[in-house]
This record gives sequence, structure tokens and C-alpha cells, in this order.
Amino acid sequence: MTDFTLWDIARNLLLAGRWTLLLSAIAFAGGGFFGLVLLLIRIGTGKWLRRAVSLYVELFQSTPLLMQLFMVYFGLPRLGIDVSAWLAAAVCLTLYSSAFLTDIWRGAVEAIPRGQWDGSASLGLHYLAQLRLVILPQATRMAIPPTVGFLVQLVKSTALASIVGFHELTRTAQILTVALIYFAICYPLTELSRRLERQLMTSAR
Amino acid sequence: MGYQLDFGALVQYLGLFFEGTAVTLGLTALASLIGTGLGIAGAAASRSRHIWVRRSMAFYVELIRNTPFIVQMFFIFFGLPSVGLRLSALQAAALAMIINLTAYEIEIIRAGLEAVPPGQNEAARSMGLHSLAVFGLIVLPQALANVYPALVGQITITMLESAVVSQIAVVDLTHVADLIQSRNFRSFETYLVITLAYLVLAVLLRRLLALAGRGLFAGRAP
Repeated sequence: MTDFTLWDIARNLLLAGRWTLLLSAIAFAGGGFFGLVLLLIRIGTGKWLRRAVSLYVELFQSTPLLMQLFMVYFGLPRLGIDVSAWLAAAVCLTLYSSAFLTDIWRGAVEAIPRGQWDGSASLGLHYLAQLRLVILPQATRMAIPPTVGFLVQLVKSTALASIVGFHELTRTAQILTVALIYFAICYPLTELSRRLERQLMTSAR
Repeated sequence: MGYQLDFGALVQYLGLFFEGTAVTLGLTALASLIGTGLGIAGAAASRSRHIWVRRSMAFYVELIRNTPFIVQMFFIFFGLPSVGLRLSALQAAALAMIINLTAYEIEIIRAGLEAVPPGQNEAARSMGLHSLAVFGLIVLPQALANVYPALVGQITITMLESAVVSQIAVVDLTHVADLIQSRNFRSFETYLVITLAYLVLAVLLRRLLALAGRGLFAGRAP
């Protein structure tokens, strides 16, 4: 019988931590891309399209992520669409983060005073140029702290992927060490978000 | 040869469905009540004069807010027995939810307390009120009114996150979904219906709490 040494356990946990980081990165990149597309629709002019995006956001924010995961992983195969645990987790977390990021960014865009739109329009800029040159640069500054804050939530959410058999951190037992690793990933992000927020507050004054 | 959706296969499990809903809502209510009470106490403590009280509050809040709920719950349910504390699944779930929600509520209520102008405190003291009365009657109600929407949001998140307690075999709404789909093999329909049930519960919970807030903080809300 070989015993697991502490180092074996720690090493395996750290290796599993890679998957947590990778899954978070995929979900954040994918969610960021779709979130941006949805944002453009959400602040656009089509009334029904705007409503559809609102509904999408509401749907993902008001149902448990675990249920979304189960629907994709256990539900879709019934309809003849087979998905691996990896794919299910990546797709779910991407959709989930796109809904949250759209909402966060919409808040930032709506916080830009109306006069900025009017002013840029009066300079003869068309819609996309208004967004690109005037609105988004200002909104981005405001959106960064809550976006980093959401990233913390996303990293923690990847823990749910362990339930559908995707072996990332939570699966490898040794729960206290696991908690510490999550903490080591999340706490710096939380601190960063806080610092960025403070910077924003002081520069806004 | 397409798959035929059949929601009729769910009707016979209505009783089970209501039991699961009751457990989910019961756990949420318990966690909200105790969590808000402890959150108020913790927020007051995090503004204490003693640095060690403040530090330990900050430590607790950061520790809980930067680790996943499921890991906290697994620690309580699977980890604590090895130091001799054995809890039932339901107890562990309730404890985990309380511990989790309390951390978020401390942070929210603390922000609310900080937003109350110091003049309120000074004026109340100059009226000869005891410091506990100043806190309870003057500062706290305004602080809660300030952050009530955030509290409602956090309680809703706790309700949705409680889906995870199904993983330690608490028979909540999610566990009921697992049971039903393992009997009728209709996983898509089952999970779809239960997901929509959560959606309805979340919307109703938010409405109800918003309504309660209007009554509680009449004329005070910003």
C-alpha cells in the first residue's frame, strides 16, 4: 500500500486548479464576447430585440446555475444532442456570464449622461462612432471594477461543474485545501476590484 | 423518430414537487431571518472601536465571499465530522446557508451604515438617547432603508444558490428534480419545469420583499 503524502495531495489539487482557471478563462472570454454583442442590442433601437435581451438576462439571473447545467448536461442528450461534461460546463458558464456581463455593462452605459450622446451627435458622429469614441471609453472605466467583481463570482461558479463529473478543483476532495486555493484565486481579484473602484471614485471627484 | 416531449409524465409527482418547494423556501426563510440578524450585529461589530473585532469581521467576510458556497457546505458536511461535529444534511445545509448569507449581509449593511450622515448620530445623542437606542432607532433603520434593494438581491441569490444543497441529499426542489427524472427518464422536461419553477419563485420572492420593504421603510427609502 502506498500512502498519499501531503505533497501528492497538494500537487494534485494545484494541477486540478488549472482546470478551474481554464474554465473561468473560457467562460469569461466567451461571456465577454457574447455580452458585448448583447449589450449592443440592448442599448440599440429595436424595441423587441431589447426586450428579448432583457428576458435572456432575467432568465439566467433568476434561475440556479446548477439547473442550467443539468438542463444542458442531462436534458439535451434526451433531445438527441450529446454533450460532454467539459462542453456542458463551458457552454453554461459562457451563457451565464454573458447575461451578467451584459447587465453590468448596460448599467455603466446608462450611467453616461444623456448630454454625451447629444454632444457627440451634434459633432456629426454616427451611432457606432459615438459608441466607439465617446460612450464606451467612459463606460469602460466605470464598468471595470464590477466586471472584476463578477469574475470572482464566475471563478466560484466553476465549482458547480464538479457535480456533472468535470474534475476540477472541488472534485479532488481535501476540502480545506480546496477552499484555500479558491481563496488564493479570488481574494486578489476582489482586492483588485476594490482598488479600481477607489481609483475611480477619486478620479471622478 | 424525433423525441416526443411529454410533460404529462410529471403530473403524478406534484406532491413531491411541493415538498421540495417547501424545503427550498423554508431554508431560504431561515437563512434570511438569522442571516439578517447576524448581519446587523456583524456590521455593527465591523465598525467597532477595537481593531481586533474589526479585523476578525473582515477576515470572516473575505473568507466566505472568496470561496464557493458548495465548498463551504462540503466542508461543514464532510469535513466537520472528522473533528467530531456530525450534522444531518438538513442542518449542514441550513448552517452553510446562514454562514454564507451572513457574510454578504455584513458587507451590505456595513455600507448602509456608512452612508448614514454622522449628523444623525450626533443629533440623536444630543437628544439624550442611549447609544444603543441611537443605533437601533435612528441609524439602523436608515441604513437598512439605504441598502434594502441589495439585501433583497442577496436573499434571492441565496435562494437560487440553495439548489446546491441537493448535492448532500437534502430533498429540496433540485433534489426532487433528480428523483423525478430518475423515475420517469424525462430529464429534459423535468429540469425545464423545475428551472421555470425557480424562475417563478425568484420573481415572486423579489416582488414580495419589495412590497414588504415599501411597508417597512415607508417614506424613508431614498
